[in-house]
Amino acid sequence: MSAATESFKQRVARSVHDEALHMALRRATDRFGANRIKMLASLPDAEEARDRARAIRRHTIANLDRYLDQFVESVERAGGVVHWAADGAEANRIIVGLARERGVELVVKGKSMISEETGLNAALAAAGITPQETDLAEYVVQLGNDTPSHIVVPAVHLTRHDFSRLFHQHLGTEETEDANRLASFARAALRQRFLEAGMGFTGANFGVAETGTIAIVTNEGNGRLSSSLPRYQVALMGIERLVPTMEDLALMLQLLARSATGQKMSVYTTMFTGPRRKGDPDGPEELHVVLLDNGRTRILESEYAEMLTCIRCGACLNACPVYKQIGGHAYGSVYPGPMGSVLSPLFGGFERYADLPHASSLCGACREVCPVRIDLPGLLLHLRRDTVRAGHRPWWLKAGLAAYAWAAGSPSLFQMGARLAAIGSGLIARNGWIRGLPAPLNAWTDTRDFPRFASKSFQERWRERQAGRAAQGGER
Amino acid sequence: MKRKVQLFVTCLIDALEPETGDCVVELLERAGIQIDVPEGQTCCGQPAFNGGFWEEARAMAKHTIEVFGDGDLPVVVPSGSCGYMVAHHYPELFQGDPVWYPRAVRLSGRIRELTQFLVDDLGVTDLGARFDGRLTYHASCHLLRGMGIHRQPLALLSKVQGAELVTMEGEQECCGFGGLFSIKFGEISGGMMERKLDNILATGAQRVVGCDLSCLLNINGGLHRRGSSVKGVHIARILAGKAD
Repeated sequence: MSAATESFKQRVARSVHDEALHMALRRATDRFGANRIKMLASLPDAEEARDRARAIRRHTIANLDRYLDQFVESVERAGGVVHWAADGAEANRIIVGLARERGVELVVKGKSMISEETGLNAALAAAGITPQETDLAEYVVQLGNDTPSHIVVPAVHLTRHDFSRLFHQHLGTEETEDANRLASFARAALRQRFLEAGMGFTGANFGVAETGTIAIVTNEGNGRLSSSLPRYQVALMGIERLVPTMEDLALMLQLLARSATGQKMSVYTTMFTGPRRKGDPDGPEELHVVLLDNGRTRILESEYAEMLTCIRCGACLNACPVYKQIGGHAYGSVYPGPMGSVLSPLFGGFERYADLPHASSLCGACREVCPVRIDLPGLLLHLRRDTVRAGHRPWWLKAGLAAYAWAAGSPSLFQMGARLAAIGSGLIARNGWIRGLPAPLNAWTDTRDFPRFASKSFQERWRERQAGRAAQGGER
Repeated sequence: MKRKVQLFVTCLIDALEPETGDCVVELLERAGIQIDVPEGQTCCGQPAFNGGFWEEARAMAKHTIEVFGDGDLPVVVPSGSCGYMVAHHYPELFQGDPVWYPRAVRLSGRIRELTQFLVDDLGVTDLGARFDGRLTYHASCHLLRGMGIHRQPLALLSKVQGAELVTMEGEQECCGFGGLFSIKFGEISGGMMERKLDNILATGAQRVVGCDLSCLLNINGGLHRRGSSVKGVHIARILAGKAD
């Protein structure tokens, strides 16, 4: 069964006991988490910076039409060409068309989750154009015919050994677990591709409305090469990824690097404004910016608009105990973790993603680390309500909760329920503990015991005590 | 005049651990508080709300609002989870409702979690409790990140005579309970719990203390399955000296 048709539960079943995966995830997320705290502390006032970032992003989203107009005008003023894509298929058509018209056979790509969202690589390949990933991790993912499992570190599920094996298979290099050597293998293979490519492709971390500048951050410099070496350049950007001014961008970059990887700055922050100008020694001859909607306008008009303020830092993934338990692939979406559990059903619908908003203990660790303070658990709760309204709920849950709610409205029924539970649990408990329960409650007893209910509730004890006190008081 | 509060004992304590409810009463009385336990309290509605069943949750919330009325007394609740539900989600549930929204907001303003009430409202940290042994504290999620309560339970525990308080690794990490999450996604929940158990056991503590019976139910279920002698106890039991 392919990952696309498997259910969430099936995918979870595969990853939830994968100790190697847990180790890999734990190592990466612990490091990012600890460095995030350290690097945020290096800001004069990190909390105030987050408040400001949140305000900027919310303001931008609330006035998105205005800032989009300004951005388009700025890009065009700088000599770039703007294309609008209503959905992923249209974005792919535009990009494939641009490449084909220019006789491009090879496209070098900086890491871009939005191109995963549209499935650009498959579309390019289908048109006979080779997409070449150039981010080290994305390159390995591509070699392995795999998919990213994290929006910032796409190969977090793979070990050095996996890297070595894939390079050995595809590049004929020797097996080694020396990270520097592995990187040098990739560098040697990719350098040639950069020189051969007719087109460079990147996503966009941010677009600046006042200048038409696009900013991308990488740690390997591949984004800079992808956006400056090839003759033609395309940037694919979600319509929500704007900030009004360069000053706003500066703040966002400070928070992005700290929240994503626990760095003060990413190693490379690349900004480009339009194509090569007269007298420029290098840079692309043409710059095309493809603005992708793909459901974003719909989200903007819904009660989930706050989600559009997300800056894709991945901090919520790193903080999420569920993500650490199941890994990114289990989510069955380009966007995993808490942000993905909100975005995936909004983009892809409840038919495929109704489980995701429910697959959370609502612990709130995601909200705590979100640089723009998105209320992720709150959004998940609202999505849960929507899934129930749309009829996505297990029968036992609907029946059970209806009965529970009914009883809770009537104290005598509720007490009777508790008394029945006390009798029932007393019958099956041994030494006060129940070791096995029928489905669906076996989900609990598969890993833990359940105590028996008390034979007398607190409220009964309280009533008896009050009656006793009243009697004593009466005797006096 | 004696200060008076209403006690919202929570359905879990009511049905599963009434002795913990007795301990809450004992603590409050020791602090000179007069307690009223309004008749007919059931469940705050959080399971329905978190499950996405807002209609059912509203019915349960209305019942709870009726039970506690529209007076001024603080409503003390020995749970961060139920406390957060009433304080945070009740107003949300009745947004736009001219009758119930104001009532929900009013009750939300009266809710006080037990340790918050003791430490912040009464200014009490030393309740004269004694525990000979090592303790570790589990910070439950809704209490910590929802209600922002952390220093209060630690202040209370730091005054327990004879107790050595050890911080566990991942003190603030979720134990995996998550209400219906533990049934709907038992494997994920169980995995999170195992990690929490490892961290608890690594401290060498005899008791892990929490402020929410829900998390403790999960933790204790796991500890018992492992055959461990370590137990999770509600903070009221430690403070009342009944943590055996």
